[in-house]
Amino acid sequence: MIEVRQLRKSFGDVRVLNGVDFSIEKGQAVTIIGVSGGGKSILLKLLIGLITPDAGEIFIDGQNITRMDERELLKVRRKFGMLFQSAALFDSLTVEDNVNFLLRREGRTTPAEMARRVGEVLELVGLEGTQKKMPAELSGGMRKRVGLARAVVYRPEIVLYDEPTTGLDPIAADSIDQLISRVVDKFKVTSIAVTHDMRSAGRISRRILMLHEGRIYADQSPEDIFKSNDPVIHRFVNGIADPIGKTSLV
Amino acid sequence: MTSLAKQLARDWFGGLGRGTLLCRDIAVSLMKVKPVWRDVVYQMYFIGVKSQMVVIITGMFTGMVLCAQTYFQFHRVKMESATLAVVSVAMGSELGPVLTGLMVAGRVGAAIAAQIGTMKVTEQIDALRTLAAHPVDYLVVPRFLAMVLTMPLLTAESIALGIGAAYLVASFLLGINQADAWHQMVRHTDDLDILRGMIKTFIFGLIIAVVSCYKGLTCNQGAVGVGLATTEAVVYSSITILITNFFLTMFLNTLLQ
Repeated sequence: MIEVRQLRKSFGDVRVLNGVDFSIEKGQAVTIIGVSGGGKSILLKLLIGLITPDAGEIFIDGQNITRMDERELLKVRRKFGMLFQSAALFDSLTVEDNVNFLLRREGRTTPAEMARRVGEVLELVGLEGTQKKMPAELSGGMRKRVGLARAVVYRPEIVLYDEPTTGLDPIAADSIDQLISRVVDKFKVTSIAVTHDMRSAGRISRRILMLHEGRIYADQSPEDIFKSNDPVIHRFVNGIADPIGKTSLV
Repeated sequence: MTSLAKQLARDWFGGLGRGTLLCRDIAVSLMKVKPVWRDVVYQMYFIGVKSQMVVIITGMFTGMVLCAQTYFQFHRVKMESATLAVVSVAMGSELGPVLTGLMVAGRVGAAIAAQIGTMKVTEQIDALRTLAAHPVDYLVVPRFLAMVLTMPLLTAESIALGIGAAYLVASFLLGINQADAWHQMVRHTDDLDILRGMIKTFIFGLIIAVVSCYKGLTCNQGAVGVGLATTEAVVYSSITILITNFFLTMFLNTLLQ
């Protein structure tokens, strides 16, 4: 279970998160939406301890990670898998070495078992036979799929997705959405995605949190979010900008 | 002006503090985490084998020019036979370690800062951390170990080649009596001269590894950030080597007499 209490984060004079509260039960598929630059990716990085908050607490299965040092966090991060916006594949390693990176480092899995698991996840993401390719040889969509394979190969309990469909064509984006849903169904993981792609949000989650002005503004099902008459939610969902010169959403 | 000075002082002390924390993390990693020797060996190959051309040329031509210049001066006072002794002491305790340090800082320090810096700006270091790997264990320690193990070997090679090349120049170009020059060299070169050089080069290796990894890990976003980190890694490593060399010379000459 993930519990976030009064989380605050500023960069210089800019306050990005201003008291974020929410909790996510085990096995839930949640999407966090909000405008670009609104702090969604920062929130995701805070959840996995990549950056430290100015104030507030984050509990992962009852453990407060905001008070942990980097080495203690490494153990907690073993529960997480993360798909980065840019995929963040290690460009000096092959697809196979990228995917089995953690298993190889831990040294507890036999080479045959590693090869089997890499083959299994690459098949899941539709990239069987690409083990020996280098990341530079792959397209943007393929890189994201490899990133997804790397995030789930060691069976984490929680998977974080940072803008999983950004920069992809609609068909590639749809295939990533299908993969995320398949991962949730197959591995029964807690899934937290950050996106401003409303189509994707509706497809990959059963609960949507809207981040607005540094706080959780709405916590509803996708159906309720799409039907909402609230002006802030309505404008965001339907992509309606403020008239130029008026106050923006941010 | 005052605010600029304050900002510079804050940046300088901030950098010093972060560098010290990196040294602490390296020490903790060395004590608690078993290094991946495959990575260390690869880095030794990258630092040692790939630097051969640079080290050979630097060592040989420095020895040759030092020999020629010493001969031109000593010839006036009929002391030609002491030429190789000067070359050997200078190469062993000063020029060998310092020039190898500067060349390795330029070639390897720049590469380390660029590799780690690129990983930082492309989120690969964040990806490492999400995969439960500490960047210091995975990226810094193998380079650190490889550097402190390889630098003494490279320096020894540079000193040997420098003296060898100087011997050839002295014998075949300058016409110095070979037996006399060799005898004087062996007589005036102390084991401690070489030991001082080896201690220095070990410390220079440590400086290059820490400064270059630090610059890569703290690199700013974008191509400009990586470029700046690379330049600063070379400049700061080189300056630190030159300054440290003076203090080490004074300290080691007092300590090892």
